[in-house]
Amino acid sequence: MARVVVDVMPKPEILDPQGKAVLGALPRLGFEGVTDVRQGKRFELEIDGELTPARLAEVEQMAETLLSNPVIEDYAVRVLAEPEVGA
Amino acid sequence: MKVGVITFPGSLDDVDARRAARVAGHEAVAVWHGDDTLSGVDAVILPGGFSYGDYLRCGAIARFAPVMAAVVDAAKGGMPVLGICNGFQILCESHLLPGALIRNDHRKFGCLDQRLVIENDRTAWTSSYDAGQEVTIVLKNGEGSFVADERTLDMLEAEGRVVARYVGNPNGSQRAIAGVTNEAGNVVGLMPHPEHAIEDLCGPGTDGLGFFTSLGAAGLLSA
Repeated sequence: MARVVVDVMPKPEILDPQGKAVLGALPRLGFEGVTDVRQGKRFELEIDGELTPARLAEVEQMAETLLSNPVIEDYAVRVLAEPEVGA
Repeated sequence: MKVGVITFPGSLDDVDARRAARVAGHEAVAVWHGDDTLSGVDAVILPGGFSYGDYLRCGAIARFAPVMAAVVDAAKGGMPVLGICNGFQILCESHLLPGALIRNDHRKFGCLDQRLVIENDRTAWTSSYDAGQEVTIVLKNGEGSFVADERTLDMLEAEGRVVARYVGNPNGSQRAIAGVTNEAGNVVGLMPHPEHAIEDLCGPGTDGLGFFTSLGAAGLLSA
């Protein structure tokens, strides 16, 4: 069992109204010094069996076809360390 | 013509779209998202709403509904396809149309009678209008801001594929684009709702009816 994380972020040139809303809320709560906020999505995929390069390539495909929209978003795939037995 | 209107889980405006097709003189056919075929229809409308709860991204899940394989095939074969609001989002996610729709720049759900200019009167869905004609139809969405990269926007403009443009810009759409078409002119995506402006009793008038009467007019692109 492996856990793979796919981070999806709006492309830098795409307006991110949700990030803007968070940015606007922070000073109202007394948090100063934040100059920008971008809001994205994090997907955690539990993959059955061994994480072969072929399986990882499949995750890339998932990220490109479903998890992100390449017109407006970038994605990054990374593998989390396997959980310790009994942890 | 037989006009199929697809109902996805979360579609809201499928009934109005079927009514608009009937008022324009067509036969309206209800098509279910789980169907494998389009039941012999001559044109397809993807209606507004919140298919699959807008989960993941608007239209992202609906794009993979069983019926969409048939829609994509038919669209590539020249069948007239109109996506309204959520339907526009689904067409973009399906790559039948370029660009994407993101959250309105003002972050509020907008609901208003919106003025538009019809810029392309040569599509399967706009031949009842004249280029440059101004119409008022309902606009209601939270994620209606049209975006694409500069190269794509320039291409759309150069090829006359901007179907309708907002008067003013109610949601931050790039170049105030309200609707676009594919290269062949049979697939049109439109953020505002012409099906809500087909009768004087409700809505801002009857300016939207032309989208539906355009179908089959002068034998344009009939399937």
